[in-house]
Amino acid sequence: MRNILLATTALTLSAGLAFAESHGKTIRMGTEGAYPPYNYLDDKGEVAGFERELGDELCLRAELTCEWVTNDWDSIIPNLVSGNYDTIIAGMSITDERDQVIDFSTPYTLPDPSAFIALSSDVDVNTSVIAAQTGTIQASHVASMDGATLVEFATPEETIAAVKNGEADAALADKGFFEPIVEAESDIFFVGEDVLLGGGIGLGLRESDGELREKFNAAIESMKDDGSLNTLIEKHLPGSATF
Amino acid sequence: MAFKLNPQLSTGAAIFSYCTDPSQIEGLAWLSCYLSTGKHMALYWSVLTVLALLAVTGPAALAFGFGGASAARSRVAPLRWFGKTYIALVRGVPDIAFFLFFVIALDQGIEYLRHKALCPDWDQPIRQGNDFIVCQAAKMPLGNSPQWVHETYGFALAVLTFAIVFGAFAANVLYGAMRAVPREQLETAEAYGMNHRQIFRRVLVPQMWVYALPGLGNLWMVLIKATPLLFLLGVEDIVYWARELGGSKTPRFTDYPHPDWRIWYFLALLVFYLIFTRISELVIARLMRRLTLGQATTAGEAQRKAA
Repeated sequence: MRNILLATTALTLSAGLAFAESHGKTIRMGTEGAYPPYNYLDDKGEVAGFERELGDELCLRAELTCEWVTNDWDSIIPNLVSGNYDTIIAGMSITDERDQVIDFSTPYTLPDPSAFIALSSDVDVNTSVIAAQTGTIQASHVASMDGATLVEFATPEETIAAVKNGEADAALADKGFFEPIVEAESDIFFVGEDVLLGGGIGLGLRESDGELREKFNAAIESMKDDGSLNTLIEKHLPGSATF
Repeated sequence: MAFKLNPQLSTGAAIFSYCTDPSQIEGLAWLSCYLSTGKHMALYWSVLTVLALLAVTGPAALAFGFGGASAARSRVAPLRWFGKTYIALVRGVPDIAFFLFFVIALDQGIEYLRHKALCPDWDQPIRQGNDFIVCQAAKMPLGNSPQWVHETYGFALAVLTFAIVFGAFAANVLYGAMRAVPREQLETAEAYGMNHRQIFRRVLVPQMWVYALPGLGNLWMVLIKATPLLFLLGVEDIVYWARELGGSKTPRFTDYPHPDWRIWYFLALLVFYLIFTRISELVIARLMRRLTLGQATTAGEAQRKAA
């Protein structure tokens, strides 16, 4: 038994040492992988979507070697701060509250409207039970709505399921996330007015990582300048505002 | 020498040749294509990950438990205090808090020590506001190591954490079992002139298992079902994949669109866990019969009479 323990320790240590010699840092891109079309896992189990294409292009322009990792939304900020990956690129809107803990790059989307969905088009979102993902700007928005009751879920997928099985009357999330679902399913409708929340989506970075932030900012700027960012937005997020 | 936790899945090449356009096929053929996507391979792989974790953690937790129990009944006071503190402390803290706090603390502790050893001329503070910053060479694993190293490291942390948590419970069970061995047995051994160490090894330990097994069996069952805690440590376990795969999929993002199928995936998990715990029960029952043989317990006496 002790041998097993020793072997595991030895394994981690030697794995660490073996790579200690080679330099050059890989930027680890942390994402959720459960928020299409921003980021999701494709049939092969690899990260895909708007942010995958965007992130790969940004890394190319900033001359960085990047690698994709998925992490639970709930612990996505703590794991960035403790250094398990170097960026959050997970459809995270820039808010003051988050900005106190981490830093953001310049936004790579304009503030995207958030929309309500429900099973019938005459649900009054101001007086109903509304599902939203924990720790999102949508959840804090519902919490601040007077007549509405918030129910929170760990994944965006579960908010849709809650609407379908009647646990919630409506759900609130980025319109870009709901659009393909409303399109594909005949019994789900957009209801109420769209709301504009947050300051656009940006890359989350550690506050001490100023250099990396500058690199990404420059890359985002160059993609804005030559119009390639708009092309990507039009491709993946039809209906969203472009720069 | 290291085993890969997540093999580079073959890039898109479907296993069956007829899978190139899934929208044109249906029935069993569609199902066979669907169940052999890279994502499903990741699910099957996570089953192996969970089994591997159990195979390593079971013995490791038992070792921690044995060490804890031996320490708790040691005649050396500091060692006894250590054993008792370990048991009381870990048993008292909720698993989920332990998993969130301890693992991050352990990870940062390792990086802190490596940082001190590898980067002596580093002049910036390690704690900058919310950030924990160590030099690149001290990162565990290194920032540029491939993903599987990160996963193996996460797996090793998971094994260690599970072993410490379940070790404390096992220690308590073993501690009780050691005290349950009839005093006369030990006195007889003393009368034969054995010293403390000999009595421990030859009389106490062989006899205590029969008292420990019911408690250890319970622990094993709980351990089997505790594996979803793995995801807290970044190891993707079966429950994570069942939820991800079962969620409804729209045609835009996959070749295999389907509605919410989570109930089927969770049903499969249910069957998996039931089969697994049933097999465990059978093995434990066998083991119990084996250990009872010739013991000074009621069951042992019954076996002797029947023979």
